[in-house]
Amino acid sequence: MKIAITAMGKEIDSQVDPRFGRAHYILIVHQDGTVSEAIDNGQNFNTMRGAGIQTAKNLADRKVEVLLTGHCGPNAFRTLEAARIKVVVEQSGTVKEALDRFNRSEVTFANQPNVEGHW
Amino acid sequence: MIISVASGKGGTGKTTVATSLAAVFGCRAQLLDCDVEEPNCHILMKPVFEASESIPVPVPIVDLDKCTLCGKCGEVCRFSAIVVIGNQVLTFPEMCHGCGGCSLLCPEQAIHEGSRELGVLETGFAGPVEFVRGVLRIGEAMSPPLIRAVKSKINPNKTAILDAPPGASCPVINTVSGSDFIIMVTEPTPFGLHDLRIAVEAISHLAIPFGVILNRSDVGDNEVQKFCAQRAIPLLAEIPYNRLIAEGYAKGDLLVTSAPEYIRLFLQVFERIRELIEGRRSVSKDAAS
Amino acid sequence: MKELVIISGKGGTGKTSLTACFAFLAKDKVMADCDVDASDLHILVHPKTLQEEEFRAGAKAAIDLQMCSQCGTCRESCRFDAISEQFMVNPRVCEGCGVCLHVCPEGAVSFKEALNGHWFVSDTRFGPMIHAALLPGEENSGKLVALVRNQAKVVARKQGKPLMLVDGAPGVGCPVISSITGADHVLIVTEPTHSGLHDMKRAMQLARGFRIPVSVVTNKHDLNPEVTEQIEAYSGNSQATILGRIPHDPQVIRSMVQRRCVVEDGDSPASRAIRDVWAKFEPALCS
Repeated sequence: MKIAITAMGKEIDSQVDPRFGRAHYILIVHQDGTVSEAIDNGQNFNTMRGAGIQTAKNLADRKVEVLLTGHCGPNAFRTLEAARIKVVVEQSGTVKEALDRFNRSEVTFANQPNVEGHW
Repeated sequence: MIISVASGKGGTGKTTVATSLAAVFGCRAQLLDCDVEEPNCHILMKPVFEASESIPVPVPIVDLDKCTLCGKCGEVCRFSAIVVIGNQVLTFPEMCHGCGGCSLLCPEQAIHEGSRELGVLETGFAGPVEFVRGVLRIGEAMSPPLIRAVKSKINPNKTAILDAPPGASCPVINTVSGSDFIIMVTEPTPFGLHDLRIAVEAISHLAIPFGVILNRSDVGDNEVQKFCAQRAIPLLAEIPYNRLIAEGYAKGDLLVTSAPEYIRLFLQVFERIRELIEGRRSVSKDAAS
Repeated sequence: MKELVIISGKGGTGKTSLTACFAFLAKDKVMADCDVDASDLHILVHPKTLQEEEFRAGAKAAIDLQMCSQCGTCRESCRFDAISEQFMVNPRVCEGCGVCLHVCPEGAVSFKEALNGHWFVSDTRFGPMIHAALLPGEENSGKLVALVRNQAKVVARKQGKPLMLVDGAPGVGCPVISSITGADHVLIVTEPTHSGLHDMKRAMQLARGFRIPVSVVTNKHDLNPEVTEQIEAYSGNSQATILGRIPHDPQVIRSMVQRRCVVEDGDSPASRAIRDVWAKFEPALCS
């Protein structure tokens, strides 16, 4: 299963980036903690409106199944939902800690965005 | 003739000046309120509206029978208003700028343009003055298409006076482009001067003659006058602070109703504007010949 | 950290002057000047720039006239009339949609990222401030506003500031929407004129649409007590908190000319009223 986690850096012990659309990096990891890809999301950091939608599409193209992040706005959420990517919000700490919580089933999947959109 | 009234800073008296000019010209005037986010001219002019039309912005509608999910629409769209995810085509109408790219470039011609309302365009008369305004729907982000719709009603047989939004960014530029003259209204304070400088720079590339009206001219310092002198910007009029005018404005009265002695000032301003436009024309004629 | 955004609907009601006064009165805060079109807060708080960054948003089209065959397809397809008869793209009107690039048979169109403005991290006499300046005439899509707010939040987090004061833009369009989404509280500063009331209602509608708590202050209230009452009645009916009234006071401009805010200069009527408003507001905001 491919799990995407928004991060401030490229390593498994980087801090979780609370933002989604404008996250610095998105780590694609497997449940065992191997990092298969560290996406540099920098171009979306500075993008016009629509960062959430673009970032969500990037994950859909990679067939990600779960996203762990801090906040997710309505446009991003809708796109992730269409891609059937399950979303976990309010994550913090390191990427590894977030992944461990997911593996221990200590997370719940969001059924709506948890922040307003903005640009 | 088209005269725009703008300012860098809000609240300096743009609408006061625009409505005063329109009121003194009466039947020769057409007033167009281009401050579509916060239109105020109607408060002072009290028009009777005769027509109202909904101004749409286009949004993409996809015919899923024709769509092959090729994703070209999402590649073309620079505003993330349409995107293919799996076997769905998602549209985000509020992101759409109405460029027409997706419908134009879809290989299957599966996209056509629906619309949502951006705002309304209203026309009527305030006594003898022809009146046009646009009102943006709350929550809509983009003014320029509605401003363009308002300007499409400019009557070439009248002196059109455009009340611009405050500031110096693109809604202002959209309003004042194509005018014969721009009146910049400001106040003699550091905020007034600072924002005037920004606005002057914003319009300078448009090569439209402009001048300044200094409102509440006796309440601050004289830096605005110095600035105008330094840059050879015509100072068209100075209107001192007048509690009666301020209270009248608060009640919704025109300046020229609260203080009819100012009618002459506005007629003089108009004459000066005419001279400046004419002066500019003969200069360019000389340059061309 | 609490974020208070000060807007007005109508321009010129005293938004920026009041923000500066609150910045003087609040003990520990970061300021964000989100009126990036015509920012004035710096005039009263005297920033020292610590960091300056370029802001580039959306690219604009450019036509290579050597490659252009003047077929005119671009001009026909451009919805924004951004291409002149001489096939020059007007960057101020170009919306960067890319249609011309796709339809040009000669491949003569390219996209250039434009410089739209600058943003700054500064230290001021009232604390840290993030501010920006859009280049004149540029599109104010709200993106620079969002950036200013985000950077201010970063500073607030790093320096442990419990309060962020945001000076918003006039109007109810893009830049204002961008200033208020996700804020903890919106304060509308209005004036007792029919125009002020009219515009306040639209600003209120906008804020309530985002489900943000709203408070209202009427500035120069003595100009028209009747309209002041109407403002307060409307606010009450809209579940907005009425914070108070500030009288018209020539000291405000006298102080401004000296690049100071009125609460710094003695005990004038406006100064007293603003202190009362802040004393009432601060505990509610920071609880």
